[in-house]
Amino acid sequence: MKSFHRCLTLPLLTGLATAALAKLNVVATTPDLGALARAIGGDQIELTTLAKPSEDPHFVDAKPSFIVKLNHADALIEGGAELEAGWLTPLLEGARNPKLDPGRPGRIAGAEGVALLEVPTALDRSQGDIHASGNPHYLTDPLNARIVAAHIARALAELDATSAGVYQGNLKKFDDALEARLAEWQKLAAPFAGRPVVTYHNYWIYFGRRFNWPMELFLEPKPGIPPTPAHLAAVITKMKAGNLKVVTVQPYQHRKTAETVASHTGALVLDWPSFPGGPGTEGYLEWMDHLVKSTVAGFEQTR
Amino acid sequence: MNFRTILTTASVLCCAVSAWPAEDQVPQLQRQLQQLQAEFEKTRLAQQQQIDALTRQLATLANAPAPAAAPVPAPADDQQKLERELAAATEPPVAPPGTAPRSPPPLAGAHAGSAYMNISFGSLLAAGWSSAANPSAQLELGDHDPIKRGFALRNAEISLDGAIDPYFKGFANIVLKLDKNNATEIELEESYLQSTSLPANLQLKAGQYFASFGRQNPQHPHTWAFVDQPLILGRAFGPDGLRGIGTQLSWLAPTPFYTELFLSVLDGQGGTAFSFRNPGDPDAAGVPRYAGRATLDRTLRGPQDLLLVPRLASSFELSDSQTLLAGASAALGPNDTGPQRRTEVYGVDLFWKWKPADAAQGFPYVSWQTEALYRRFAAGADPLVALPAATLRDYGYYTQLVWGFVPRWNTGLRLDYTAGNDAATEAGDPYRGQRYRFSPELTFLPSEFSKVRLQYNYDHGDLFGTAHSIWMQLEFGLGAHAAHKY
Repeated sequence: MKSFHRCLTLPLLTGLATAALAKLNVVATTPDLGALARAIGGDQIELTTLAKPSEDPHFVDAKPSFIVKLNHADALIEGGAELEAGWLTPLLEGARNPKLDPGRPGRIAGAEGVALLEVPTALDRSQGDIHASGNPHYLTDPLNARIVAAHIARALAELDATSAGVYQGNLKKFDDALEARLAEWQKLAAPFAGRPVVTYHNYWIYFGRRFNWPMELFLEPKPGIPPTPAHLAAVITKMKAGNLKVVTVQPYQHRKTAETVASHTGALVLDWPSFPGGPGTEGYLEWMDHLVKSTVAGFEQTR
Repeated sequence: MNFRTILTTASVLCCAVSAWPAEDQVPQLQRQLQQLQAEFEKTRLAQQQQIDALTRQLATLANAPAPAAAPVPAPADDQQKLERELAAATEPPVAPPGTAPRSPPPLAGAHAGSAYMNISFGSLLAAGWSSAANPSAQLELGDHDPIKRGFALRNAEISLDGAIDPYFKGFANIVLKLDKNNATEIELEESYLQSTSLPANLQLKAGQYFASFGRQNPQHPHTWAFVDQPLILGRAFGPDGLRGIGTQLSWLAPTPFYTELFLSVLDGQGGTAFSFRNPGDPDAAGVPRYAGRATLDRTLRGPQDLLLVPRLASSFELSDSQTLLAGASAALGPNDTGPQRRTEVYGVDLFWKWKPADAAQGFPYVSWQTEALYRRFAAGADPLVALPAATLRDYGYYTQLVWGFVPRWNTGLRLDYTAGNDAATEAGDPYRGQRYRFSPELTFLPSEFSKVRLQYNYDHGDLFGTAHSIWMQLEFGLGAHAAHKY
């Protein structure tokens, strides 16, 4: 009888212990959202990021293994500005997870509460790959990261009330660190205010606005349309005429194109990781720090 | 209650209170008052801190610089001037730096999901030539394949989808096709709902839909890697693919890797259930025949006459850049060549894809897709045309390798093979006998929404000997951004 009791209670206790230790299972679509989730969730969450840091976020494959990840998730953090339009919908259809239904606390759209730039006045694909909600790369502005971090903290606290204090504490830590870093970054950026940067894709407009570095000249003639010789010639002319000495390129973009443009203009090519998550840029703040400092160094070199 | 009233009431109350208590209550009240004051001060401090924090945030926001106009390029010398002129003449107009739109008022109703449904339209135009004068007679048996020399438009598809309510999503694909005489044919290819909130990882689908058999059968032609349908799929499921009215229950198994089980119960009558209760095409005398035999065109006698389509699919991440998806399917049901005649189709499918982590616009990649099918068709006797009862066995496979070698370009190679036993059947049946086909292709995708493809078919069959065809395909898509399953 005693052993029978043990048989019953042991699994029961183990079950309870597992339940108490069970972490909130969070899935983030892109590594920037993932980095913010980690900053807020800390060790309290089990985090899966679908897109890889080096991957083109517009073209992620809807792999079946992602369906399993979403099926197990308590929360999904997505961009919410159509960046994942080509791959998230079929994954969610397959996942059969009502916790991630729109409107549920487990469905966190980063763009909510963020003022998106470049909202098109007409939906016209002759203008390239446009997003109806506006430019979806809003997390390149640290102040937008702050809005999203607060949103994540609120959502996680709602989903896991017992750890609400931890999430709020982590948010405060993140906010304080960001505030301190931002002041430092702005001090570094100030001497170069107004210095324009050429980027491959229209990815960095929010970053450029924050630090007063206009980023309105692109190697792509239109978003998502590969560079053409005619367009590159025009870019080279504009670069020579203005003081455009820095060209940036992301891991998945064609570096040779940027190098060619740079060789015609005496410009410097900077490698900008699209997302946090690479070596030395694991966290959001480290990533932003790298972006700001490499740009400032680039400006200094090409003064 | 205005402010004066509050003040008066408060002072009256204060007077009353101070007049009323006994001597010994005074220290107690003083203590309470002190406590209240302390708490009030604490609250005030907390609020002040919040106000300060907000003020700081506002200040940071206000300090955020607006984008400054980039310096306007000034011509340095004549060569630059010429370059600029040339560039201006050859390039499409691009807004100069500094005039980029700064968050104009959002377009009402433009956001995804702001209409009740997504609407898109896709069109596939084929153009080409074949050594066979009538390619659709023996070579191109698929309903969306090029049907004739010259131009053909066999798939213009209107796709609708959206949430029906909190419980279901709805999908519809309406296909328009042009026949040889350019008359428009219309087809309700799919119209089904799918549950979103069933418990236990279950999902229900009901309506008219492509059955989950193998890899390519449920895919729409615009997602195919080649211009035409693989031969073995045509043999087993006919020109339209296995499609029908019915219901499907699928279950996502609680395994650490992806495993999904499907079971479809289909009505299984008509040409879209080609090997099943399909009366076939009428002969010269108007008698509907399939495999040479006059058919019954009967109604259901019971649940055993329904068509069952079970499937099991699993996927594995072989590495960070390689994914494998494998499946096994069956289709089991009666056929129309006799009262107790049945058909069984079995298939296995494999899809492997390599794509590095720094792929640009999804390129480069290599994908390998293979399906093998076996059909066992128990045909009834038709004494009037001297056809005995016989078991028709057909089998075959296709295997295709596609390499996306640079962004927007891919090239591929497909090998088709089908064969069957020599069981008694009608002479000249294009769906029987040995046949193989060898198809290289080259595709250019200007964007996600357009595609040009060139394909050559080296075709050899018992029925027609050797045939050569060359096809071009032009595709475009309008409307909602398509999202594709793996």
